[in-house]
Amino acid sequence: MTALHEAPAALRAPEEKPVKKSRFRRDRSLLIMVIPAVVLLIVFNYVPMFGTATAFQRYSIYAGFWHSPWTGLETFRQLFADPLFWSALGNTLMLSLVQLVFYFPVPIALAMLLHSIMSSKIRTIVQSVVYLPHFFSWVLAVTIFQQMLGGAGALNQFLRSNGLATWDIMTNPDTFKLLVTSQVIWKEAGWGIIVFLAALAAIDTQLYEAAAADGAGRWRRMWHITLPGIRGVIVLMLVLRLGNVLTVGFEQMLIQRGAVGRDAAEVLDTYAYFYGVVNANFSLGAAASLFKGVLSLLFLLAANKIAHLLGEDGLYRQ
Amino acid sequence: MTVAVPVRDPRRPSWEEPPTAAGQAGKGVVLFIVLAVVLIPLWMVVLTSLSTQSAVNQAGGMVLVPDGITFAAYKQIFTNQLVMHSLLVSLGITIVGTLISMVVTILCAYGLSRHGSYAHRPILLVLVVTMFFSGGLIPTFLVVSALGGYDSYWSMILPTAVSVFNILVVRAFFSATSQELIDAAAIDGAGDWRTLWSVVLPTSRAVTAVVALFYAVGYWNTFFNALLFLPDNQKWPLQMVIYTYTLQGNAMPGSGQNTTGQYFGTQEITPLAIQMAVVTLTLIPILIVYPFVQRHFTKGVLLGAIKG
Repeated sequence: MTALHEAPAALRAPEEKPVKKSRFRRDRSLLIMVIPAVVLLIVFNYVPMFGTATAFQRYSIYAGFWHSPWTGLETFRQLFADPLFWSALGNTLMLSLVQLVFYFPVPIALAMLLHSIMSSKIRTIVQSVVYLPHFFSWVLAVTIFQQMLGGAGALNQFLRSNGLATWDIMTNPDTFKLLVTSQVIWKEAGWGIIVFLAALAAIDTQLYEAAAADGAGRWRRMWHITLPGIRGVIVLMLVLRLGNVLTVGFEQMLIQRGAVGRDAAEVLDTYAYFYGVVNANFSLGAAASLFKGVLSLLFLLAANKIAHLLGEDGLYRQ
Repeated sequence: MTVAVPVRDPRRPSWEEPPTAAGQAGKGVVLFIVLAVVLIPLWMVVLTSLSTQSAVNQAGGMVLVPDGITFAAYKQIFTNQLVMHSLLVSLGITIVGTLISMVVTILCAYGLSRHGSYAHRPILLVLVVTMFFSGGLIPTFLVVSALGGYDSYWSMILPTAVSVFNILVVRAFFSATSQELIDAAAIDGAGDWRTLWSVVLPTSRAVTAVVALFYAVGYWNTFFNALLFLPDNQKWPLQMVIYTYTLQGNAMPGSGQNTTGQYFGTQEITPLAIQMAVVTLTLIPILIVYPFVQRHFTKGVLLGAIKG
C-alpha cells in the first residue's frame, strides 16, 4: 500500500492538484476517449436544438435553413389557431392523467406484492417473466394486442364461438385511452418494479421488528414503515412522470392512429410528425415540438418544486 | 395432507405473524394472473405460427391448444425475399449498431470515470443536458436528411448510437473499480487504454452485458427511424415488415396472398400462421439473449438511476 503512494506523479492522486496544463497532458487519452460520444451528441442532439429555430421560419426544404425566410411568431399564431392542435394537446393531457391514475400505482403494488413473497425461486421466475415485455417493440406489443383483443382476435373468437356479442376493443375511440393504458401496463409495469424493489430492499428490517414488538400488525407495518420507506422513490418517479406529461407513447399512438382515428389518438408528438414530416410543413411541426419542450420543462420544474415542498429531494437537491 | 398448524418458514423472521390462508391464496391468484397475462399471448403467437391450417381453422384464429406442429409457415417465410432480407437488415443494424454504441459508450464512460480528471465535469454537463432538452423530431429529421441519412442504413444507427443514460450506468460501474487495481496497473506501465482494456473492462462484464442488451434491443426494435428514413421496402427492417404486413394487413409480396387477404398457396398454412411466424422471428433473439443477461438487470439499472 505505502509503495503505491510513493509512486511517480504519473498516477492520479485526487488530493494534489497539478497545474491545468499538465493535467491536460496527463488526461489527454481520457479526453480522446470522450470525443466520439460528444461528437455524436453535438451532431444529433445539439445541432437539432438550434435547428428548432425553423419554428420561426417559413422553412422550405429546397431553400434550406440558411435561405428560408424568417417569419417571427407567425408559425405559432398558425399553430394556436388550429383546433386540431388543441385537440391533440387535450388528448395528450387526458392520456397522461389516465395513465397517472391507472398505471402509476401498478408497479408499486406489484413490487410490494413481490417483496412479500418468501420463496426466492418464485420471485425470480415472476421477475423474469414480467420484465420481458419491456424488451418488445411497440409494433410487436400492439400486434399481440391486436391478435388477442382485435376484431378477429382470440377474445372475439371466443365470444363468437359461445354465441355472445363481439366487442372490437382495438378500434373503439371511446375506450382508446383505457386500451392504451392497459398496453402500457402490459409492457412496462413489470420493468417499472425494479426501482421500487430496490427501495423496498433498502428498508431497515429492524424497523419492522420494532413495530411488530409495539404491536403493529402487517397492514399497519405496511402503512407506517413500508410506504414511508419508499416514499422518496415514489416522489422521484412522480416528478419524472410529471416532467413527461406531454410525452405519451409516440410510437404506440402512431401505430394505432389509423385504427381508432385522429380524434382519439392524435397527441402532440404525432401532430408534429404528421404536420411536419408527412405534410412537409416543417415549421409548424417544429413549433409544436418547441411548445411541447418548453411546457415540459416548466412541468418538470414545478413538479420538482412540489417535491421540495413535500420534503423530498426530487430530481435534484434544493 | 391435513393443514392444521402452518409450518414456520425458516426464512420468516420470528416476530412476523404466520401467513393467513386467504392472504396466501390471494397472492397466489394475483401472481398467477400476472404470469398468465404476460405469457398466454406469447404462447398463442408462437403456437399459431406452428399450427396447421386445420388447427387454425378449428380454433377460429389464434391457437391456444396445440393440435399438430408444422414448420410450414417458417419454410414459407424463409423462402420469402422480403422477410429474409428484412431479417438480415435487422440483424445487420443490430450487430453493427451495438458494436458502435458499445465502443463509444465504454470509451466515453471510462474517459469520464477517473477521479479528478481534466474537464470531466463540464463534459458530463454537456452529456446530461441532452437527457432533458432535445431539438425534437422535425429538426432532427432535417439534420439527418441534410447529412444524407434519407434512404440510408446509417440513419438507423448513428442518430441513436449514444445513450447518455447507458453512459452514466457504465461510468458509475467503472468509477467503482478499486483505485488500488488501477494504480497497480499504472505502476506496471499501463496507460489509460491498457488499463481500460486489461483492468476495468474484465471486471465490469455484468454492466457491459446489460448495456449491450439495452442497445441491441433498441436497434432490433427500430421502427420509427425506419418509417422516417427508409421509403423503400427493400431496405426495411423486420419491425417495418410486421407493421405493414401484419398490423396494417397489407398483403406481403411473394407470400402467396392476394390483395384481399385470400390465401392461394399450399393449403397447409394460413396467412395468420405466416404472420405469427414473422412475429415469432422477432421474438426469438430477445428470448435467447434475455436469460443470460436478466440476472444482472437490477444492479445495472440501479447504478445508473441512483449513482448517476
